[in-house]
Amino acid sequence: MDSPDSATQRDTRDRFITTRDPADEVAATLDLMSLNPQSASPGHTARLAAATGVPLNRRVLAYHEPPPAASSDPLMAQARELVRPLYARAGSAPAGSSGTTGKDRKISTFPYKILDAPGMIDDFYLNLISWSSQNVVAIALGNCAYIWKADTGEVVLVSEGPEDSTISSLDFSNDGQFLGVGYPSGAVELWDVETQSKLRTMAGHSAQVGCLSWHEHILSSGCQDGSIWHHDVRIARHKVMELLGHQGEVCGLKWRSDGELLASGGNDNVLNVWDGRLGDVGTASASARSAARWTKRNHTAAVKAVAWCPWQPSLLASGGGTSDATVHIWNTTTGARLHSLVTPAQISSIQWSPHRKEFLTTHGYPTNAIMVHSYPSMEKVAEIRDAHDSRVLFSALAPNGELVATAAGDENLKFWKIWEAPKVKKKEAKDSTSLGRTNSGILSIR
Amino acid sequence: MAPTKQAPTRQAITLKGSTELVTEFFKYAANTILFQRGVYPADDFHMVKKYGQTVLVTQDLALENYLDRILKQVNQWLLTGSVTQLVLAIISKDSRVPLERWVFDINLVQQQPPEGSQPAPAKPESEIQAEIRAILKQIVSTVTFLPVIDEPTVFNILAYTSESADIPANEWVDTDPLAIEASKSQQVKLRSFSTDVHRIEAMVAYRYEG
Repeated sequence: MDSPDSATQRDTRDRFITTRDPADEVAATLDLMSLNPQSASPGHTARLAAATGVPLNRRVLAYHEPPPAASSDPLMAQARELVRPLYARAGSAPAGSSGTTGKDRKISTFPYKILDAPGMIDDFYLNLISWSSQNVVAIALGNCAYIWKADTGEVVLVSEGPEDSTISSLDFSNDGQFLGVGYPSGAVELWDVETQSKLRTMAGHSAQVGCLSWHEHILSSGCQDGSIWHHDVRIARHKVMELLGHQGEVCGLKWRSDGELLASGGNDNVLNVWDGRLGDVGTASASARSAARWTKRNHTAAVKAVAWCPWQPSLLASGGGTSDATVHIWNTTTGARLHSLVTPAQISSIQWSPHRKEFLTTHGYPTNAIMVHSYPSMEKVAEIRDAHDSRVLFSALAPNGELVATAAGDENLKFWKIWEAPKVKKKEAKDSTSLGRTNSGILSIR
Repeated sequence: MAPTKQAPTRQAITLKGSTELVTEFFKYAANTILFQRGVYPADDFHMVKKYGQTVLVTQDLALENYLDRILKQVNQWLLTGSVTQLVLAIISKDSRVPLERWVFDINLVQQQPPEGSQPAPAKPESEIQAEIRAILKQIVSTVTFLPVIDEPTVFNILAYTSESADIPANEWVDTDPLAIEASKSQQVKLRSFSTDVHRIEAMVAYRYEG
C-alpha cells in the first residue's frame, strides 16, 4: 500500500465510498482468520488486499477507557428541553401573539355558578341552550323555553309548546330579540323574547328539527331527514332554500358571523360547508343551489360540534362523536385540514375564545370534561374533569367571551369562567360585531 | 509511507500549524456530532464563537478531558503522519449495535513543486475556515435525514493508524472497527477541507433498515 500510486488508489475508493464499509468488515474478518501479512503467504495477502481494497498495514485503535457517561439521562434531558420553550413562551408572549398556552394561568375547575335545570333531556342530537348578545341565556326544559338574564339573575318563561311535545332545538337571533324553537314534529316557532309571545309557526319539516342557526332574518334549521332549510322569517313563504347534503340527521349547524358560509355536521359523519348566499326569494331555484361548497368525510362519528373562529374567519373547528373524538380545524377558503387533535372522549360542542388563541371542547363519557386547547399548537391548556355528573351535552359562550354555560343530563346548568376578557377588547368586540352586520347587509344586496 | 516522510521536510512549521488546525477541527466536529445526535444531554453544552459561527461545546469536565486526551494523541499521530482515518462511532448503549459512523479521512496533500519553480502560495486561513464552517454546518444539517435515535447511546472514537505508528502502551488498544453491516448501511459523503498539508474528507454512514 505504500507504493507511489497509493494516493490515486485511495482517491478512487473515496469516490466509491460504498465499498469502504465492507472493507472494514473484511479487515476484521482477515484479523479473525489470521490472514495478516506476517502469517500468510505474502503473494496471497497482496492479491487479497488488491481484490478487497483493504489496507493491510493498518490498525484500528480505540482509547482504552470508554467515554464518560452522560451526567443525566439524555432522553430525560431531551424531554426537558422540549418542554422548556413552553414555559418561556407563556411568560414572555405579548398579548396579541398566537399560541399563548398560558401555563401560568389558573383556570378554576369549579363552576362560577350552578342553576337547576329540571327536565333537561339527555339527548346528544339536540341543541337546547343559547346565549344571546343581550346577555340572556335560553334553555329548553321539556316543552318550555326559559330565559335567564345574566345581568339581573331573573328567570322568565318565554315559550310553552304543546303538552305532549318537547323542544328539540333553540337559538337566539343575532340581536337577541327573537328565539327560534324547533320541535320533534318538524315545526319551527318564532318567539318574541320581550313580550314572551309566539310570532309565527313555520311548518314544513317532516321530522325532528335538531338544530337551528340564525343569520339576520334567515333562520336555518337542520332536520332529522338530513335536509337543511333556510326560513326567511319576514315573509309568508318562509322556506327560501333547501340544502341537501346529509344522509343522516343534521345535528350541528352554525352560520359564520358574516353570513357568507354555513357549516353543518350530520349523523352521517359528514361535515358540509355551504355558500351562504341565497337565491332569488320565492323562485324554485333552491335545488340548483343546494350543493355544498366543501364536503368533508374525515370524521368517523356524528359531527355535532361545529364552531367558526371569531378572529380568523376562514377557520372552522369540527368535532366528532364517540368513535371519532377528534377535532379537525379547517381552512374553509381552501378546504384544507389544518390541524387535528384526538381527544379522550366524544365531543359535544366547541367554542372559540374571542380574545385568546384558544378554543374549548366539551366531552361526553368517560371524562365528562371541558377541555381548553391552544391554537395553533393544539396543546391542552386546561381540563376540567367531570364538569357534570353525566356527559356535557351543550355549551354556549357569553357575549363578552368570559363565561361559558354548559348543560348536561344531570339537570344542571353550569357557568364556567374560562377566559378573561380584557376591558378594552370588549368594546372592540362590540364594534366588530356591528361591523359584521353592515358587511353582511352589503352582501345581501349584492 | 512515502508522502509522510516528505511532508515534514517541506516546511516543519506548516505541518505543525496544519496539525493544530486539524486537531482543533476534530474537537469541534466531535462536539457538534455529540450535541446534534443527542449522545450527551443538550444542557451539557454551551455556545462558543468559533470559525465565525456559534458552535456548541460540552462543559462536562469529564468529557472535555476525555476528548482532550484523545486529541492529544491524534495530534502526535498527525505530526508523524501515521493516522489515516478517525471515526466517531455512535453505538446503542444497551445492545452495543453501531448506529452511526462519522468518518474523517486524513490524507496528506502531495505538493511537489516542479524543480526550480516557486512553491504554490499558502492557502489563506480564511479559506480554510470557510471550508471548516461548511463541514460543521453540514454536520448540523444531517439531522434532517439521519434516522431519529430514540435510545440511549454512547460514542467511541477509533483511529486508523499505520502499522508502524507509535502507540502509547495501555492507552490505545486494537479494536473492532464497529462497522455497520453493508446491507443495512447508508452513506453520505460530506464536504472536505484542506490545509497546505492535510486534506480531511468527511463521511457519515448510518444504520438504515427499511
